[in-house]
Amino acid sequence: MNATPPPTPVRFVAKNMRLDLRLIAEMIAPGARVLDIGSGDGSLIEHLFRTRGCDARGIEIDMAEVTRAIAHGLPVMHGDADMDLAHYPDGAFDYVVLSRTLQAVERPREVLRQMLRIGTRAVVSFPNFGHWLVRWQLLHTGRMPNTRTWNRPWYETPNIHPCTINDFFDLCAAEGYAVERWLAVDDAGRRAPWRRFPRLANLFGDQALFLLRQA
Amino acid sequence: MDQPDTLPQIDHQHATFTDGLTLECGVHLPRHTVAYRTYGRLNAERSNAILACHALTGDQYLAETNPLTGKPGWWEQVVGPGRPVDTDRFFVICANVLGGCMGSTGPRDPGPDGTPWGTDFPPITIRDMVRAQKRLIEHLGIARLFAVIGGSMGGMQVLDWAAAYPDAVFSAIPVATASYHSAKNIAFHEVGRQAIFADPDFQEGRYWQSARIPARGLAVARMAAHITYLSEQALTRKFGRKVQAGPAGSLFGEMFQVESYLHHQGSTFVRRFDANSYLTITRAMDYFDLAAEHGGDLAAAFRGSRTRFCVVSFSSDWLFPTAESRAIARALNRAAANVSFVEIASDKGHDAFLLDEPDFHRTLAGFLAGCAEHAGLAG
Repeated sequence: MNATPPPTPVRFVAKNMRLDLRLIAEMIAPGARVLDIGSGDGSLIEHLFRTRGCDARGIEIDMAEVTRAIAHGLPVMHGDADMDLAHYPDGAFDYVVLSRTLQAVERPREVLRQMLRIGTRAVVSFPNFGHWLVRWQLLHTGRMPNTRTWNRPWYETPNIHPCTINDFFDLCAAEGYAVERWLAVDDAGRRAPWRRFPRLANLFGDQALFLLRQA
Repeated sequence: MDQPDTLPQIDHQHATFTDGLTLECGVHLPRHTVAYRTYGRLNAERSNAILACHALTGDQYLAETNPLTGKPGWWEQVVGPGRPVDTDRFFVICANVLGGCMGSTGPRDPGPDGTPWGTDFPPITIRDMVRAQKRLIEHLGIARLFAVIGGSMGGMQVLDWAAAYPDAVFSAIPVATASYHSAKNIAFHEVGRQAIFADPDFQEGRYWQSARIPARGLAVARMAAHITYLSEQALTRKFGRKVQAGPAGSLFGEMFQVESYLHHQGSTFVRRFDANSYLTITRAMDYFDLAAEHGGDLAAAFRGSRTRFCVVSFSSDWLFPTAESRAIARALNRAAANVSFVEIASDKGHDAFLLDEPDFHRTLAGFLAGCAEHAGLAG
């Protein structure tokens, strides 16, 4: 292992962790086969197993988190989204979850393709770079935004592929993915009244959550 | 080196099978013995049995004082009451492998002509070892093992168990192992075998006739192998370039501490291990290539498996490097099997699986606890 631990991608603020898991879990049918990419300490797969009877497994890049999760009795393997999805057969899962990690992978488009090859549905969440505060800071200061969500300097952020909610809709259309459900939440993790309107969500949504399948 | 006594005869706990065992090479053993030890209690449902598979020079005495060496069992840190493999909860079985020298049928036993097999002992494989263990498990009245666990060659047996008897293995824990023996590892084994052959006391394997054993050759084999079990960091930490205290001996006497350590490893080994068994078992490891039996596709060995796997490697193990464990994990992914995989950070090399590694032990305990929940095993 490297002497310095690899930087971890931006997470939802900790106090919203449970809410985030609930929002994702609500999109997943009970008893489903689920792969959680970037499973961290395994909270989501444990939640899905205990509350929804899912066969949930995880992939995690941080070895200490992998050890913690397995020691907690959860099926997690060391690996990463860019390298390891290619090794699963077609249709191995009902859902493949990528939570708050899409912006940090090397090849987001390829990762999405792999997710919808090995899973019937994909659940993807990411921080929205179109948020008004991000836009305002760049416009006003002329420098890279520094917000609660985007809080790492440009030279050390792991978030190499930021996108907006509009960008993501465009990519889904270009790749032929059907958006079955989507929602945006504010920085407290709450669903907000503007959630029905993509343009408003793209301005006020802090995080976005999409449920996709092959069209 | 002094000529040590020949190995003492010890009455090991065993089961003898007279219904015959046909080996992969085609040779039929009309009867064979499996020496074994058990720890803990088998529950009424016979659902809490764990088979532990030993490595090349291990034996069945994993959690108690070894009757031959007087030393603690090789896995006492892992198996026992309150240990990661908790014998208050699980019934743990460990059998001496076929071809071994601790009571199971091997080259020291009489062959068809009544004299010891020696080098005429049929070439055995990992699968043959596993089939002998399967007989034992059935003899003990166990239809399905809760877990099969083992490191190094023990891990090869774990993989083979899961491939050959998927319905008899609820969970499988291959540790510090590979699905095939690499060219590099075969090469090290060959150095050891050639050292044994080069010893005049080897006498073409019929050394019992002179009551002498190829101690020098076997000791060199052990010394060479032992280097591969350690890491550079571990050797440096333990010995560095430290020289022996006391008056300088001859130029090629024991000068560096690492030399006397290896000499000690060699000389104690020959008092407990049979040279022909060493030849037989190293060859069995060399033959091992699980994918080759399945058209070159390791995933095919596990397709449809419902076994829960936990693949473990150690960061400084260069004998069975993490890449070989990752290849197993990825093959299991291709087979859509349930797999956990972790590399434990350790500077202790291949031997780490035998040593005090808290992260490994927590991983093991947690994985077994998770599996017990899925198996509906009462806590």
